[in-house]
Amino acid sequence: MASLRHAQKTGQSVLAGKLARGERARKLTALSLIAPLFLLLVCVFGVPILAVLYYSVDNPLIGKVLPQTTAAMAEWDGRALPGDAAFDAFAADAKLAYKAKTIARAALRLNYEIAGFRSMTMKAARRIHRFKGASIKEELIALDKRWGDIVYWRAIKDASASYTPRYLLAAVDLELTWGQGIVQVEENRRIYLAYLMETFWISAVVVLLCVVIGYPIAYLIATSKPAKQRILFILILIPFWTSLLVRTAAWVVLLQNQGMVNDFLIWLGITDQPFEMIFNRFGVYVAMVHILLPFMVLPVYSVMKSISTDYMRAAASLGARPFSAFLSIYLPQTIPGLGAGCLLVFVISLGFYITPALVGGRSDQMIASLIAQFALGTANWGMAAALAVVVLVCVAAIYPIYHRFAGGDRMKLN
Amino acid sequence: MALPANATLGQQVSYVGLRVICAFGFLFLLLPTLIIMPISFSSGTFLNYPLPGLSLRWYEQVLQPHPWGFAFKNSMIVACATTVIATVLGTLAAYGLTMAQFRFKGLLVGFLISPLVVPLVITALAAYFALAKVGLLGTHIGLILAHTALATPFVVITVTATLQGFDHNMVRAAESLGANPINAFFSVTLPLILPGVLSGSVFAFVTSFDEIVVALFVAGPGQFTMPRQLFADLRDQLNPSIIAVATLLTVASICLMALIEILQRRKDTG
Repeated sequence: MASLRHAQKTGQSVLAGKLARGERARKLTALSLIAPLFLLLVCVFGVPILAVLYYSVDNPLIGKVLPQTTAAMAEWDGRALPGDAAFDAFAADAKLAYKAKTIARAALRLNYEIAGFRSMTMKAARRIHRFKGASIKEELIALDKRWGDIVYWRAIKDASASYTPRYLLAAVDLELTWGQGIVQVEENRRIYLAYLMETFWISAVVVLLCVVIGYPIAYLIATSKPAKQRILFILILIPFWTSLLVRTAAWVVLLQNQGMVNDFLIWLGITDQPFEMIFNRFGVYVAMVHILLPFMVLPVYSVMKSISTDYMRAAASLGARPFSAFLSIYLPQTIPGLGAGCLLVFVISLGFYITPALVGGRSDQMIASLIAQFALGTANWGMAAALAVVVLVCVAAIYPIYHRFAGGDRMKLN
Repeated sequence: MALPANATLGQQVSYVGLRVICAFGFLFLLLPTLIIMPISFSSGTFLNYPLPGLSLRWYEQVLQPHPWGFAFKNSMIVACATTVIATVLGTLAAYGLTMAQFRFKGLLVGFLISPLVVPLVITALAAYFALAKVGLLGTHIGLILAHTALATPFVVITVTATLQGFDHNMVRAAESLGANPINAFFSVTLPLILPGVLSGSVFAFVTSFDEIVVALFVAGPGQFTMPRQLFADLRDQLNPSIIAVATLLTVASICLMALIEILQRRKDTG
């Protein structure tokens, strides 16, 4: 009996071992199938996104171009003008950098700290090898008395740190000062928060318009007979599949001053002067709502489709008037789809760049165009990265809400 | 949802109101692209009606090798390469994801589809930094790699959805009958999930073919794609050739959409 039980036990454990080994082999196969895509995405997406985070604080330039100055000022406390050692080090660095032609980039970088620093540095670098006197400090100050102003040396010290919070702070209109810590920048330089607010505002209006037009459409599709439902659904999918640029191009053509919409309005006698409908906020709203409306309709529709009409009938039979039945029975059931649609549209809007660039005016550009301008135009990677981090943080804050409404695994394409 | 005969005034108003809003919404969605299409057959240069006459001159211009032929070739190269890489890797990954349970699977799936949830401009900036560092800015390979990141989530999602109804016992049966895993995949699994794989690859193709933001950041003059050329022309010179291109693109995307519809219907019934 005991031996039988023992045999059974060993048999079980052998079987369990085999099963476990099989399961482990399956897991291994599964992981090795996922690995190629995982590795590719790490290389072409994961690491680059981390690089964006890194570049928002990375600050190697001054430390590299002006190494002796950086070393000489490492211990400086910023209370009084630095001593001769720092000036001598700066002169030595500037001479070398002038020869190596790296001084211009350093001067540009210093100009981010204080406007006007660039020309001041370039002038000093051009003249410094002709200095003959005993004290470089005195001659430099004689050349331009701003070299005797402590704020410029503080700027060099700030700029020479390997990592800097200045881009991230600047992206929300803050700066790190000597003495006062982190403060808001002067009023006339506060531009980025305004851009961000404007981006949020445009996105919010677009979401609202999409709800107003998209909710009834989704309702109509969901409550139609199957054959009609199919046709209406395709009518939503056609614009969804049409190229974004094609749709933007259509609005450019339609909304021009000599465009069809204006001609039509004049023909109707509503106006005899063409309305300005493009290169302003109106054009941006129209084109963005047009592009994003399907992103609202599809999730709302997919939730409405699963709502049984019995509840509404029950409410009606219990005496509820249609409108109050809708408000208290139907609407709450559609909240998950509505929430998902709103957040989807909002998040896509936040990163919108092409449409505002083509149909918006100067004051309608969103934060994305600022990022593009910094990266591609002025080659200020730090600022481009910092603004991207701000957008990323906003999106990261919004997504948990999206997940609560939509659920991670309910993401559907159509 | 017809209106009952004894409907109250309120019901009638909301019935009519709903239809008015929806009619407006559908017109708003569909009319702009449709109404401009005939202008591509205009013989004049103005983007308005009435047309001075009909001609195919703008289509002739679009079919010239420069700039549209060149842009079309670039778009096709990039989109096809992206589609192949995304479809192969995405299908393998989706298959791996559904065949076993393991720790951190949710996190892994989250990472694999994360390019969908990061705003496009940030993905573009990230690609720009990375490709600049490795010297691939302004190359086809760089653009293809960046587009692959955007396209794979669509393949992963569609193929995973198809595999949800897939019975892994069929693979076990094939293996017990002597098929090796690779054989079993190609002769049993792939034919069954093919509609999902194909619709995923169409999604991947369209994602790359229609992509503009990443192209603006990482493509050089040698990689001008169709959307990139459209963007440039929309800023500089408005003439009916843009609408001819738009018409061709719209017709092509409607064909692809029809293809997806057919594939999904096959998936539902088969």
